[in-house]
Amino acid sequence: MNIPLVTVLGRMTIAFLGLTGAVTTFATRSLLHCFEPPIYRRQIGRQMLEIGYYSLPVVGLTAIFTGMVLALQSYVGFSRFSAESAIPNVVVVSLTRELGPVLAGLMVAGRVGAAMAAELGTMRVTEQIDALTTLSTEPFKYLIAPRIVAAIVTMPMLVLVFDAIGILGGYLVGIYKLDFNEQSYLRNTIDFLEFMDVFSGLVKAAVFGFLIALMGCYHGYHSRGGAQGVGTATTNAVVSASILILTANYLITELFFAR
Amino acid sequence: MAVPRIAISGLRKSFGPKKVLDGIDVEVAIGESLVVIGGSGSGKSVLLKCILGLMQPDSGSIRIDGEETVGLRRAERARVMRKFGMLFQGGALFDSLRVWENVAFGPIQSDRVPVDEAKQIALQKLGSVGLTPDVGELRPAELSGGMQKRVALARAIAREPEIIFFDEPTTGLDPIMSDVINDLIVQCVKQLGASTISITHDMASARKIGDRIAMLHEGKLIWQGPVAEIDRSGDAHVDQFIHGRAEGPIRMQVRKG
Repeated sequence: MNIPLVTVLGRMTIAFLGLTGAVTTFATRSLLHCFEPPIYRRQIGRQMLEIGYYSLPVVGLTAIFTGMVLALQSYVGFSRFSAESAIPNVVVVSLTRELGPVLAGLMVAGRVGAAMAAELGTMRVTEQIDALTTLSTEPFKYLIAPRIVAAIVTMPMLVLVFDAIGILGGYLVGIYKLDFNEQSYLRNTIDFLEFMDVFSGLVKAAVFGFLIALMGCYHGYHSRGGAQGVGTATTNAVVSASILILTANYLITELFFAR
Repeated sequence: MAVPRIAISGLRKSFGPKKVLDGIDVEVAIGESLVVIGGSGSGKSVLLKCILGLMQPDSGSIRIDGEETVGLRRAERARVMRKFGMLFQGGALFDSLRVWENVAFGPIQSDRVPVDEAKQIALQKLGSVGLTPDVGELRPAELSGGMQKRVALARAIAREPEIIFFDEPTTGLDPIMSDVINDLIVQCVKQLGASTISITHDMASARKIGDRIAMLHEGKLIWQGPVAEIDRSGDAHVDQFIHGRAEGPIRMQVRKG
């Protein structure tokens, strides 16, 4: 059978619009439940621990190597026109504005977004989500809202940690490998750092946290069909969160820094 | 005549072209136990989910104590849900919580009972399904299938509901454990004076826990009557089902309902 191109395009457009609508409705409903009592504080605390504390090792490792490689690579480039003194500045601005939120976001999407989708997906296929409803507990309030609140609050803290460790990585390479003077490296780092550099990074982090939790919960909540369905939900959660993070990153950068 | 606890009329639900429920009319009186039998994929679970509000029926009416529940708002729905307890097929215990926390979940989260008091309720309910307090400290994953069913039963009755649903309570259990669960169900229901709807394809279980049996086939209730009359139903479908014959008017569904 020969399906005309227009039909295919039309179908794809409708599917895309349908998905966008479904996700938007889901997001709105989730956010409304974040503000409406009862608020499950223990669940929020538990999720903050899960998202924040247990992500520290992976975020820390990513940060230190990113900072180190950043210093090394900028040196290769900047030494060609004797601009080595700009390295501390390049390292700190790249980390706080872009690499901190984006890399931390991607790492957390892989770790936490996947876990959320797998957990909610399993709860869905084993009827635990239905069981919540029969116990007069709204699944959006008990399962989804705490994850979203926790992710929005915790991601900026993780990114602050990322920034600090990344700067340390750059500093170590600068001092011990590139023979910078300790004091001038630190002064160059601090002098050129602006409030907006860090602030924009933290805003990004909060938005990315929201996107990660939203995708994890959306795909988990709607998973169906046993182990395979949960697997698909997990993959979709990570892939869609990553793509949304990269897209949102550009849009937020545009909002903050475009002239 | 008293208002029936559950009155369903003209209930319809389709998934795409497939009519899963095609005009269901049934009533359950106060304190009565109805058992719905039918092959896999005949729509039994969908019926329960519609009554519980987990699924939205396409049309029809579901009255609980005379109050229409189809199309209720979320907040109103929560109030009606308070009357229900449900035992899920796989137990559906929360595996992140300990056993007693599972049983105490309804009282703590929904009824705002203080934790100490709720734990006492939980241990007492666990006792009434034959489990000792030390089981309460375990995780659901550490329990055998039969024990999980018991815990799930304890959770279903923890808030002393007026209406309890049992979704295939004996599926996956050995015959002895099945009978234990059946006895527990009968005993708990009698104690609470609750009305129940059970869905099962285990005839031994159906005869034991039911006052009345209804048979669901291709979206319709093709027969209903007292348990004692099931052997004299005069319906070829019912006869085939209760005797478990491969040959007969019923053809098994391939796709899930």
